Amino acid sequence: MNAGIDVPTIQRFGALYIASARLKSMSKWRTIIAAVDIGNPLFYLIAVGIGIGVLVEQGSGTSGTNGIKYIAFIAPALLANTAITGIMDETVFPTIEGFKWRKLFFAQNSTPITGRQIAIGVYLAALCRAIFSVSVYYILLLAFDVVNFGISILLMPIAVLGGGGFGALMLFAAAKIEKEDQFFNILGRLVIMPMFLFSGTFFPLTSMPIYLQPIGWISPLWHATELGREAAFDYGISSTMVIVHLTFLITMLVTGLTLATRQFEKRLAK
Amino acid sequence: MKTAVQIAESRKSSAMYAGRPWVLLERGWIAFRSTNWVPVVTGFVEPVLFLLAFGYGMGNLVGDVTTGSKTIDYTLFIAPGLLANSAMNGAIYDSTWNVFWKLNESKLYKTMLSTPLGPLDIALGEITWALIRGLVYSLGFLTVVTALGLTPSFWAILAIPAASLVAFGFASFGMAITSFFKTYQQMGFINIVLLPMTLFSGSLYPISVYPDWLEKLIMALPLWHGIEMVRAFWFGDLNSGVLIHIATGLFVTSRRLRALFLR
Amino acid sequence: MSKPLISVRGLTKKFGDFTAVAGIDFDVAKGESFGLLGPNGAGKSTTMRILAATSTRTSGTVEILDKDPEQFGPLVRAHLGVVPQQDNLDGELTVSENLYIYGRYFGLSKKFIKGKIEELLEFAQLEEKRDVKVEALSGGMKRRLTIARGLVSEPDILLLDEPTTGLDPQARHILWDRLFRLKEQGVTLVLTTHFMDEAEQLCDRLVVMDNGAIMAEGSPSGLIKQYSSKEVLEVRFGSDRNKEVAPQLATMCERMETLPDRVLMYTEDGEALLEQIMQAKLHPTTSLVRRSSLEDVFLRLTGRTLIE
Ligand SMILES: Nc1ncnc2c1ncn2[C@@H]1O[C@H](COP(=O)(O)OP(=O)(O)OP(=O)(O)O)[C@@H](O)[C@H]1O
Ligand SMILES: [Mg+2]
Repeated sequence: MNAGIDVPTIQRFGALYIASARLKSMSKWRTIIAAVDIGNPLFYLIAVGIGIGVLVEQGSGTSGTNGIKYIAFIAPALLANTAITGIMDETVFPTIEGFKWRKLFFAQNSTPITGRQIAIGVYLAALCRAIFSVSVYYILLLAFDVVNFGISILLMPIAVLGGGGFGALMLFAAAKIEKEDQFFNILGRLVIMPMFLFSGTFFPLTSMPIYLQPIGWISPLWHATELGREAAFDYGISSTMVIVHLTFLITMLVTGLTLATRQFEKRLAK
Repeated sequence: MKTAVQIAESRKSSAMYAGRPWVLLERGWIAFRSTNWVPVVTGFVEPVLFLLAFGYGMGNLVGDVTTGSKTIDYTLFIAPGLLANSAMNGAIYDSTWNVFWKLNESKLYKTMLSTPLGPLDIALGEITWALIRGLVYSLGFLTVVTALGLTPSFWAILAIPAASLVAFGFASFGMAITSFFKTYQQMGFINIVLLPMTLFSGSLYPISVYPDWLEKLIMALPLWHGIEMVRAFWFGDLNSGVLIHIATGLFVTSRRLRALFLR
Repeated sequence: MSKPLISVRGLTKKFGDFTAVAGIDFDVAKGESFGLLGPNGAGKSTTMRILAATSTRTSGTVEILDKDPEQFGPLVRAHLGVVPQQDNLDGELTVSENLYIYGRYFGLSKKFIKGKIEELLEFAQLEEKRDVKVEALSGGMKRRLTIARGLVSEPDILLLDEPTTGLDPQARHILWDRLFRLKEQGVTLVLTTHFMDEAEQLCDRLVVMDNGAIMAEGSPSGLIKQYSSKEVLEVRFGSDRNKEVAPQLATMCERMETLPDRVLMYTEDGEALLEQIMQAKLHPTTSLVRRSSLEDVFLRLTGRTLIE
């Protein structure tokens, strides 16, 4: 009665099966994903970069941004933010859907595929979306002459790392919560929005009062943004800080993934 | 035995309207009582965060802004814009995602339509409910802003009804387009329209920074009218321009309501 | 004869190219209990939704209380109590809040509804769950609440789409009892069901629908008389042999249906027929003689068993 099921192969590649299933269902949304991931950064660049850029030039000039043009100053932050929101969408929604709305994970888990593989599969697919949107954004930046081609290419892996760190934690959080009705509200308005506003995205973190600065310190967006600025424009960050930023993001990613895979296994076994 | 029937017949009923939109407010209140307060509190927090970030952070980079004949502090400049913006966001949320859910997932409207209620009862009730929520947000925001000393004149209180008008316009518009949408994918396009409108409509900077043609284009966006109207009340510059904004708002709103129900 | 309460002529409903209801006619008199039977997809619910003034028709006329539900939706619906096939309770509210707000949709006074809630909670046996969110109810409890909700406005016409699906036997009997009493009070019932015993018990008159058309109409006993024989002999030979012996059995009775698991033989005298089969040395593994029921009518008309 065995229809040729090759258990060892599944055990080796299960996560990839899940990832490819996720990518397939994402492709149903490809128009909207493309529109959001190309549209959002473009609008921010034009509106904030140029619009507020004019005000900044009339105001403090480039003295507040270490001599960088305003539009260039915000570009790495917007890039990292695109990766963060993209990965968040593709970890949070499928996870809640899989555990709660459609209970797809339980069906997948009744095959030889493990909870750990499901978690990693979802995560890998989310990374794919981030890589796509970040690449599109980078091309836009080149086209707008905001960055020069070269070492600035590092902006892409940095943004994906920032998104990956945050996404890993979100994967865990989405697997952990049982009641999601207020989750999106809290996440959107009390996590994503403050992170976007207070991570030195639109102005240097240090220009805020000291009591608001800790928001930036724990924000993957700030760490990724600072690294990005350094890579693209020689922003003048000490190498110690570069290591601090990298360490923070990598730690976040590893911790998040460890917690998430455990939580997936735990919840599926319940 | 005849109570319900008598009540229904004593009213002038049509295919659209049973004359009872307030029962939706009653339902909204009952449902709201038992859900928690997180969405209300967070809805109010958002514009305040924007104000803090852009006002204090960005203010350092920008300094003062010249708008029309005045030169004002950047924080002061953005406060009314953020009020209009949050009125729009609240109204859009209540009238799109919320309506989409009740239309396609929970099918609440279908249930309501199996009672004597008509579609116009539902639309009016839901829009009013969205307005009440918006009003609460606006009042909260105004309180914070006043506490920070950013309200220049007593007229600022009039910005509240102005913001409600903005909310009314967007709520009816949002509801009208949501009624055409069937899938979540289509719903995603709402955000794609909303974001540029939010960014370009001059809540964060005067649109005079743009070339002439772009400025004209922005002036065609409803949010720009909303923001200008709220700002005018805020600073007490009441002139004929405000009337144009109000007229535009009412015109667009009533057109959308017609589109929704007479299609 | 007084004018019918519900009058349907040439009712057609299309979804795109697909015709769900294909030109049906029927009347329902005041105080009558009228049933719609038919296999899955026959068009019963579609018809019910049009009667409930919640769906538009493609062509034909419908009059309920002399009014076209499409033109006078709110007015017509004020007379109706609707129990849809799919429960559509308000998930954000509790059990009693659901009853309360539904009554408010009808414009009933708070005082009237408060009293009504007590009565309906008792009827639905949900007194202990009154303050529970409906999401936390079991399937059958939700069903009971949906039915109770349909009664809040003391309607003149009750539209029940498979009301008892998912109910336990006790709850079913409580509902039957209630429906009998409402009928005595002059309430008109229109219901669909897949349970033949229910149709036989509750309906004065019924129609059998298939593929959107009405196949037959009459009282339960009249239909049985018209479309079936007095008795039915059910024989089983085991799943592989049923087909094999079928041709031989066919010569022994007026009419026969070969189902996957058994053979139904229609006859005036079941015992005699069984005797005949035994003599032919066709030993069935099991056999049963019973009276004809609506199930047999249904099978004859639609070629399908009721519960698929
Ligand atoms: N909204 C719709 N869009 C397209 N087709 C529909 C729609 N609603 C019903 N149908 C189709 O119309 C036909 C009749 O459906 P209906 O729900 O009336 O059947 P029914 O007799 O109530 O069946 P059941 O016993 O399964 O409840 C079916 O083939 C169904 O697929
Ligand atoms: Mg049905």
